[in-house]
Amino acid sequence: MTTYFNEMYDNGAVRAPYARLEDWMRHMPAELRQMKQAEAETLFRRIGITFAVYGEGGDPDRLIPFDMFPRVFTAPEWTRLERGIKQRARALNMFLADVYGRGEIVKAGRIPARLVYENEAYEKAVVGFVPPKGVYSHIVGIDLVRTGPDEFFVLEDNCRTPSGVSYMLENREIMMRMFPDLFRENRIQPVDSYSERLRRTLASVAPAKCTGEPRVVLLTPGHFNSAYYEHSFLADLMGVELVEGQDLFVEGEFVWMRTTEGPKKVDVIYRRIDDAFIDPLCFRPDSMLGVPGLMDVYRSGGVAICSAPGAGVADDKAVYTFVPEMVRFYLGEEPILNNVPTWQCGKSDDLKYVLDNLPELVVKEVHGSGGYGMLVGPKSTKAEVEAFRLKILDDPDNYIAQPTLALSTTPTFVAEGIAPRHVDLRPYCLVGESIDLVPGALTRVALKDGSLVVNSSQGGGVKDTWVLAE
Amino acid sequence: MLSRTADNLYWIARYMERADIAARLLEVGSRITLMPSTHGYRNEWDSLLQSSGTANGFSHKYGDPVQRNLESWLFFDRDNPSSVASCITAARENGRIVRTALTSQVWDALNTAFQELRQLERTPRSELELSRLTEWVMRHTAMVRGAIDATLLRNDGYNFLNIGYYLERGDNTARMLDVKYYVLLPRIEFVGSGLDNYQWTTLLRAMGAHRAFHWAYGGEVTAAKIADFLILNPQSPRSLITCLSGVNNHLTRLAKAYGRTMPAQGKATAMLNELETTNVEAIFDEGLHEFLSRFIRDSAELGTAIHESYLSGDLR
Repeated sequence: MTTYFNEMYDNGAVRAPYARLEDWMRHMPAELRQMKQAEAETLFRRIGITFAVYGEGGDPDRLIPFDMFPRVFTAPEWTRLERGIKQRARALNMFLADVYGRGEIVKAGRIPARLVYENEAYEKAVVGFVPPKGVYSHIVGIDLVRTGPDEFFVLEDNCRTPSGVSYMLENREIMMRMFPDLFRENRIQPVDSYSERLRRTLASVAPAKCTGEPRVVLLTPGHFNSAYYEHSFLADLMGVELVEGQDLFVEGEFVWMRTTEGPKKVDVIYRRIDDAFIDPLCFRPDSMLGVPGLMDVYRSGGVAICSAPGAGVADDKAVYTFVPEMVRFYLGEEPILNNVPTWQCGKSDDLKYVLDNLPELVVKEVHGSGGYGMLVGPKSTKAEVEAFRLKILDDPDNYIAQPTLALSTTPTFVAEGIAPRHVDLRPYCLVGESIDLVPGALTRVALKDGSLVVNSSQGGGVKDTWVLAE
Repeated sequence: MLSRTADNLYWIARYMERADIAARLLEVGSRITLMPSTHGYRNEWDSLLQSSGTANGFSHKYGDPVQRNLESWLFFDRDNPSSVASCITAARENGRIVRTALTSQVWDALNTAFQELRQLERTPRSELELSRLTEWVMRHTAMVRGAIDATLLRNDGYNFLNIGYYLERGDNTARMLDVKYYVLLPRIEFVGSGLDNYQWTTLLRAMGAHRAFHWAYGGEVTAAKIADFLILNPQSPRSLITCLSGVNNHLTRLAKAYGRTMPAQGKATAMLNELETTNVEAIFDEGLHEFLSRFIRDSAELGTAIHESYLSGDLR
């Protein structure tokens, strides 16, 4: 029987960050809790935070379950995390600048050339082009799990367009509205400066051709996209236009936006659409979402695109294994945050180990996301494990395996009262002229008893995440 | 602002106004069924369906106008693009797209209407009184309108919303007037008969204006008075002249804000000038139906001009 680190209770004693929450929890009768839960749901619905999940069909206005029990970090815990996160975000960006430039890390033999240059996410169209300020990934979402008081592991990096930050902000808003006393009693660092910091980060990478105050826009695939709510929410908070591909066009050496007053020049595009769709002339010709000619303007320094096309090569699950190596190579430092040990099924030694230990491992597709197409060995039946074994053998390169981590738990409201449930953590690190991180993150929680999968598509929920002041 | 955003705002207004109209039609229709009438109520419903522009769709789907089907058609039916459910859903969808251009109160009003609509759709029809439904619609359309007036910046978005409201309302007044006149009163001699008074009152009621009418005119209900009230009286909230001067006012504000006059302004000003200089006698001389048909056509052209000037995004 694995023992899991409980972030609130250590051998029955309440750990310091949660001290004041015990009282709050004890004085919450079931009726009040239900009332508050219903209130929270109404608030979410009225604000319109919904999250449709790809491929699931059903209700496009489904809510992600919100758990009212906050997750808490102390200032020292956070300080260490923050250093680790920023270190990693910096290294990932240096890696991208390197592999689209001279490729020193490959030449030095620290990462196999094949993994980089034959990677699907490697964009040959931007080789040799240096984006403004040399930044490729402007918002780095780093998924972390905790297994002990000081043990954190990075599960994966998201260098393209990590989503979910709107939940970090809204969860806090809703908690403050429902439980103002908690915020008086605890000294919780605010997160609401995120949007302003994001805007500043984006403006800081305006291209050289931009004179004056840069005009930033957020490019969305449109209101049918499952994350549309987040796009519109962020655009609103930043005070920038939310545009679709059809609202933009290229003329001369710039990108313009169609307005009721005629064309307006656009300097920075925070895009929430994939590389393949941003310019039908350069990538997928059938894309209706992008802007024809955008890449030409980008490469001639007329507009900045965030994240830069090609940034995805850094967050691939096979490249992930080498991120600690990147930290050492570019920064000459030891990584503060560790990777989860990972076996590449494409390597024969690793494959043998994976196949021999399949029932104990978590196996993921290299390009998968959202908790789909993965095997959680200890939670699967023998038949499921055997079926997955065949899939791996069929295409070993497509899979990586990791040990089943003992994910920490935090108290969570469930039907029977309060029970420990497993959680992960996604902070959003901003990279522009400088590197910035708000004291907060999105905590996802696996609401099913015993489940280790926190993805919203698999029955996961979200929690407000506190970082206490010193 | 983005042309697409302006377009969405304009359509939020048009759809909300259209939902309001569908509810008014329903209320009037059900009132008629409570009254003894030599015509029976079939004619009445026909005329109402025609003024909503959905008579063909209805007969295709249901055949004869049975009250319950009519209620479904005008309120719940998603096959009817002008039903209350279709309009509120479309308005909310447009709102969702342009959340950033709305205040939270306006969004809240739109979204609450939509969420409650979904509850109504799940409620057994036997538990839904028609009067409760129509009141519900008018309450929510008023709440959206009120939230817009109380909380929105008086910027270009506000102008586009108002243009949508006024254009939709004017078009509807003209259609209702035309259908009632044309379908029910083919001969002018009918006007003034006892039966006919009841029909006219029904029309005023559909516009939520029969009390206002009596305050403004007093005495007998006559065709001339009604036409004056619904076409030329600037006090009447739904008259053609009120709607046009609303459109014109907001187009003028846009021209001023943008420092640029477009073809849409010229068109609106010309239409308004005509209404300001004509009178009921001249309208009857032309023929009410002819006059209204021309207005409806002009109004559609004005809509096209607004689209080309501002909403299409083709402006250079």
